[in-house]
Amino acid sequence: MTVGLPHFLTIGAALFALGIFAMMTRRNAVALLMGVELILNGANVNFVAFARYVDGGVDGHLMAAFVIVLAAAEAAVGLAIVLAMFRNFGTVHVDTVNRLKR
Amino acid sequence: MAADLVFYGFALLTVLAGCFVVFSRNVVHAGFALMFTLLGVAGLYAMLGADFLAVTQTVVYIGGILILVLFAVMMTRVPSQNAPRRGLDRMVPAGIFAVAIFALLYKVATGTSWPTATPGEALPTAKLIGVKLMTDAIFPFEFASLVLLVAMIGAAILIRERKVLPAEAPAEEAATEAPADEPEVTA
Repeated sequence: MTVGLPHFLTIGAALFALGIFAMMTRRNAVALLMGVELILNGANVNFVAFARYVDGGVDGHLMAAFVIVLAAAEAAVGLAIVLAMFRNFGTVHVDTVNRLKR
Repeated sequence: MAADLVFYGFALLTVLAGCFVVFSRNVVHAGFALMFTLLGVAGLYAMLGADFLAVTQTVVYIGGILILVLFAVMMTRVPSQNAPRRGLDRMVPAGIFAVAIFALLYKVATGTSWPTATPGEALPTAKLIGVKLMTDAIFPFEFASLVLLVAMIGAAILIRERKVLPAEAPAEEAATEAPADEPEVTA
């Protein structure tokens, strides 16, 4: 069976499921952000695969580029929050950070 | 066919490194495995004829976001014996949920008859994307720049050192409000 659209969609689904699993089990806030990156990459693979095999244009590429931009913004803000959390609580484990106010 | 072998190589790299990201207990190792995942995805983009995106993925994700993530990992290290272990009580439901989602997506991906067209020759896409960004997608383009500016300012505000001015924090109020056994404000 020659490689086609379903193969790429399967890779996207695998990345998405791995990211979901990481977000549900990880307790380190940075590792949670890595799970988000996996999910975004899975979605991006789907966008580009559909652009290649169904649409034929570059609209999917444009969407994937915007997803990358938003991932960069999300990583910057998320890691800033993680660093502030580490400074205030001395830990990055999301289970132990459960106070809004000291 | 050679292209199929290349696809399976990139797919294996992506998924195996992704598994390592998810299951590794060491967060630094997970961060380095994430690099191989992103590299594999960049290879898949290249196979799909998205040359601009493959380069963008390499430059922005591996050169930018991943470095940021590794910085954060290394700045927030705690001794590993203090790190709580991942319990089986949440591994099992999460595993069931993730496998169910993958099974559903796999069934949809392989069972649906997509209206596929035979893809033609892969042409350079950078010019097409540039023209589209400046014509059809000018509003999302400008909005993305605004989002990046706000994210930059927000990140800088979030991690700035808070200087407590003497006039803002009277000593007697702080002493009455804070319990005696609480540690002093460090940040």
